[in-house]
Amino acid sequence: MKDFAIVSNEARSTTEAFGKALTELADVHQDVCALSADLAGSVKVTIMQKKYPERVFDVGIAEQNMMSMAAGLALGGMVPFAATFSVFASLRDLDQLHTDVCYQNANVKILGSHGGTSFSQAGSTHHALEDIAALRGMANLTIICPADYIETQLATKAAYETYGPIYIRINRGTDYDVYNTYEYGFEIGKAVRMTEGTDFTVIACGSTVHQALLAAESLKAKGISLRVVNMHTIKPIDKDEILKAMRETKGIITAEDHNVIGALGSAVAEVIAENGGVKHFKRLGVPDEFSIIGARKDILAHYEIDAAGIEKNVLELLGK
Amino acid sequence: MSLTKEQWVALEKKASYLRHKTAEVCVWAKGAHIGGAYSSADVLTALYYNVMNFNKDNYLDEDRDRLIISKGHAGVITAPILADLGIVDESLLPTYNQTGSPFGVHLDKRKVPGLEASTGSLGHGLSIGLGLAMAARLNKKDYFTYVLLGDGECNEGSIWEAAMAATQFKATNLITIVDRNQCMIDGRTEDVMGLEPFADKWRAFGFKVVEVDGHNIDEIITALNEAKANKTDKPVVIILNTFKGEGVGFMRDNYKWHYGTLDQDQLAEAFRDLDAYEAARIARAEKEGK
Repeated sequence: MKDFAIVSNEARSTTEAFGKALTELADVHQDVCALSADLAGSVKVTIMQKKYPERVFDVGIAEQNMMSMAAGLALGGMVPFAATFSVFASLRDLDQLHTDVCYQNANVKILGSHGGTSFSQAGSTHHALEDIAALRGMANLTIICPADYIETQLATKAAYETYGPIYIRINRGTDYDVYNTYEYGFEIGKAVRMTEGTDFTVIACGSTVHQALLAAESLKAKGISLRVVNMHTIKPIDKDEILKAMRETKGIITAEDHNVIGALGSAVAEVIAENGGVKHFKRLGVPDEFSIIGARKDILAHYEIDAAGIEKNVLELLGK
Repeated sequence: MSLTKEQWVALEKKASYLRHKTAEVCVWAKGAHIGGAYSSADVLTALYYNVMNFNKDNYLDEDRDRLIISKGHAGVITAPILADLGIVDESLLPTYNQTGSPFGVHLDKRKVPGLEASTGSLGHGLSIGLGLAMAARLNKKDYFTYVLLGDGECNEGSIWEAAMAATQFKATNLITIVDRNQCMIDGRTEDVMGLEPFADKWRAFGFKVVEVDGHNIDEIITALNEAKANKTDKPVVIILNTFKGEGVGFMRDNYKWHYGTLDQDQLAEAFRDLDAYEAARIARAEKEGK
C-alpha cells in the first residue's frame, strides 16, 4: 500500500464533496456557474445555490435544455457545471452533449451522480450502466470516475482548470475513503498505483477501487501480491500504466460498476490487444444485462465487483 | 417605419444579392437547402446588415450581438453572408461541400469564423441562445442574443423546454425568431405534424408574440427593434410568415424544395425570377418608404 492509500471504514458523500468543491471554485472564480434539472438538492448544487443563487440555473425536469444551455453559457464565457444523475446526464441529453458540447468543444463540465448501481433499490431506470459506454466515443470529451471524497474534490477542481468538455461520474450515497491526503498527485489522465503488487493487477475506478484494496489485503495474507491501479480517468486512458501492468504482472482484471461493454474494461482491453495481449485478462462488471435491484453491497457481490468477487477471480486466473 | 427609403432599397439589394449568391453556392455545392435559405433571406439581411452589432471588426468582441441559426441547414446562405461581411474568405465559397472545404451542409463553428454555433441537429438553438443570454446577464453585458428557428423544428420537445425556461428566467435579452414557412422535409407542417395554433402555443409558454410578413424587411426591422425595446419581463418571439423558396417561382411554397440541386437551366430561370423579384421589391420600397 502506498503512503497515501488507505482502506478506511469511513465513507463520505461524494455529491457533498462535489457541491463543496464547486462552491469553493465559485468563491474564487466569477465565471463558475451551475445547472441542474430538478435534482439540485440530490447533487448538492444547492450548497452553491444558497451562496450564489444568481449563478445556479435549475431548469426543471428538462435535461436537453440543461445541456444546450450549458453550452450557451460556455460560449458566453462562463464555466458551467451541469449536474444531475449519471443516467440522465448521459442519455436524456446525449445529442445535446454530442453536438453542442463535444462538437463545439464547449467548456462544459458535466457531473453525473448516482453512477453505476449506486441508486441500488431504484432499479435500472436510475442505474447508470451505459453512461461511460455512451460517452466514450465522443471526441473532445474527458471522462473521470473518482474513487472517493478527496478524489471527487480534486477532479472537480481539475475540471475547472482544464479547458474542454469533462464528464465526472460519482455515486449516490457514500464511498469509502481510499486516500488519506489531497497531496497524492492527482492528474487527469494519469492513473494512481495504490499498491505495488507484482503477481497480478486489478484496474478499478470509482467504488471498486476500495473493493480492490480490500481484496489486495486479503490476498496478501495468502501470499499473493496484488497491484491495484485506480484508473480514475477512463478517457484519455493511461496507456503507460496498463503497459507496465502487462509487463510486470501475470495478468489483469478490470473491475467497474458499469456494463462490461464499452467502459473501463473495454478501454483497457483495447490497449492490451494493441500491444501484444496478455495471458490472463478478465472484465468484471455487469455482464450486459439490466442490473438487479437490491442493497448496494448485494449488487456488488452479485456481479463479483466486491472484494470477495475480485479476490475469487484473481485466484481463478492465477490457477489457485 | 424603421428605415429611410435609401436604407430600405439598399437592404433589398443586399437580400437579392444573397439569394443570387446562394443559388450559385447551391450549384457549386451540388445541392443545398435552398428553400429554407430563401425563406430566411430577408430576416438574415435585416439582422446582419441593420439590427445586429456584428461586423468584421467586432465579431470576436465580447459585447457583440449573437445570432444562433438553429435551423442549421441555412448554412448555404450563412456562409455567403459571412463572406460578404468580410469575415470568411469569399474565394473559398466555390469549394462548398467539397472534401477539405471549411463549408458543408451544416456549418462547423470551429471552421467558419463569425459563426456562433454549430447547428444542424434541430431543436438545440433556443437553449444555446438562452445560455448566451444568461451569460450576458451574469457578465453584465448588454448584447442581445437572437435565435432563428425553423417552424418544423418546433416539433422538437427541447424547443418547448427552452421556451419554458426563457420565461422562467425572464430572458428579455433573448429574441426568438421563427421562420414560419409552413414546410418541412416530408410535407407541409400542418400535414406532417401540425403546429397551429402556433402563436397561441408561444403565448401559453409566456412569450410576447409578434407576427410579421417575413418578406417585408421594413416590418421585420420594426419588429426586431421593438423586441429590443421590450419593457415587459416576457421574452419576445417574432413569427415570420414566410414562403419556402421565396423569390423563385418554381420553388416558392413548395416543400419539395427543402433541399434541391440546380442545373444550368434552372439556375438561369432562378436568376431571371430573382431579378424580377428584386425589381418588384425595390419598387415597393420606393413607393412605401419615406
